[in-house]
Amino acid sequence: MSLAHRIIPCLDTDGERVVKGVNFVALRDAGDPVALARRYNAEGADELVVLDIAASRDRRPTFLETIRKVAAELAIPLTAGGGIRTLDDARAVVRAGADKVTVNTAAVLRPGLISELSEEFGSQAVVLAIDAKRDGDRWRVMTTGGRVSTDLEATSWATRGAELGAGEILLTSMDRDGTQSGFDVALTAAISKKVMVPVIASGGARWPQHFAEIFCEGAADAALAASIFHDDIQSIRSLKEFLADQKIQVRLPC
Amino acid sequence: MKISLLDYGAGNLPSVERALQRLGAQTERISTSAGVAKASALVLPGVGHYGALIRALDRDGLRESLIDAIRRGVPFLGICLGLQALFQKSDEAPDLHGLEILPGSVRVLSRAVKLPHMGWDQVQAKAGSRLLEGIDAAAYFYFAHSYAVPYCAEKQALETRATCSYGGEFVAVTEKEKIFAVQFHPEKSGAAGQRVLENFLRTAA
Repeated sequence: MSLAHRIIPCLDTDGERVVKGVNFVALRDAGDPVALARRYNAEGADELVVLDIAASRDRRPTFLETIRKVAAELAIPLTAGGGIRTLDDARAVVRAGADKVTVNTAAVLRPGLISELSEEFGSQAVVLAIDAKRDGDRWRVMTTGGRVSTDLEATSWATRGAELGAGEILLTSMDRDGTQSGFDVALTAAISKKVMVPVIASGGARWPQHFAEIFCEGAADAALAASIFHDDIQSIRSLKEFLADQKIQVRLPC
Repeated sequence: MKISLLDYGAGNLPSVERALQRLGAQTERISTSAGVAKASALVLPGVGHYGALIRALDRDGLRESLIDAIRRGVPFLGICLGLQALFQKSDEAPDLHGLEILPGSVRVLSRAVKLPHMGWDQVQAKAGSRLLEGIDAAAYFYFAHSYAVPYCAEKQALETRATCSYGGEFVAVTEKEKIFAVQFHPEKSGAAGQRVLENFLRTAA
């Protein structure tokens, strides 16, 4: 008996529609978030992540309405984020029905935000999202949807984030995101083995074998993917059956 | 029967409420001791910090009425922190007293494992659990916590109906007469969690 490895579909939204890009650009419409949430809940997803990638102030009410509608469909945990800059932003998302909140750029600019959120909601509700890009033999933290480079190194930032109260790391490989060439095993293993909170690997999923690799070699606690689920390339159910056959612990519907 | 949810600002109240309503239960939110005194079934949700829950109960004057209702045999379901509150005290807020209804204290889970204990885990059920009735032994439940009540067979064998192992064995389901509590989140545990809530509603009816 131990924790099941989680499979987490991610809905990147522009507020009300799900969109998908390659290497963080070239966005296209990928569906209705409420319909997708309902489907993933029924198919055995272990959790759902909804991100507001536009994260613009004027679209905020639309995003919160999306969270409310999505939460109403789910009997699994819901994580929401994108553009969370303050405790008030996070409160709005939690009140709309999210169980956890992700922070990214705002936490890099003001790390104290992580502690504020953790004190208010508990560390189990605070997810530090890190967008990492390879830079020689290390990984650099990127912000602002991957457009802005920082001086932070991903492993030390993840460690610092956990110390400040983040209960989970959502780790996206910008080199792999949207490429469908497999998760970044080296990046994920480096962070997961160093940090004493769960790590969700993201970016690059295509084949079931990619998930097996990231759980076994990458030491990921959970794996996140978007387009392969939205586009019906991979069903969550058959993915979990594949993993169970490989003796990887997953939650199969009873 | 109406299910009264204790509303002291817990983050998971809306999802617990929605899950109960989906099962056809009538619910109300209560936040006063008069509300607790009138309740015919009580649910104490909770997620986050133990201190926040206990302080809220004392701030709103709910402690006495809650203990009184539980002692009178009003069906009670505690979820996550709502389970922890039933015990003596917690490492998370050592200066505060719990409701002191059940023996045992809340401790931090082992530092040797990743914390929080976050995600889907299985439980080791003892015979005769009413909450787990009809649920497959291999079912998974959603946990999100760093503190738990370490299972002590000498003191807690009677009421503990299931344990979970993560850096040590802890109380996952406890049942004593009309007192029910779970460390996991049934409102987030898919079909298995729904069945737990259904079983509570049936026992409470």
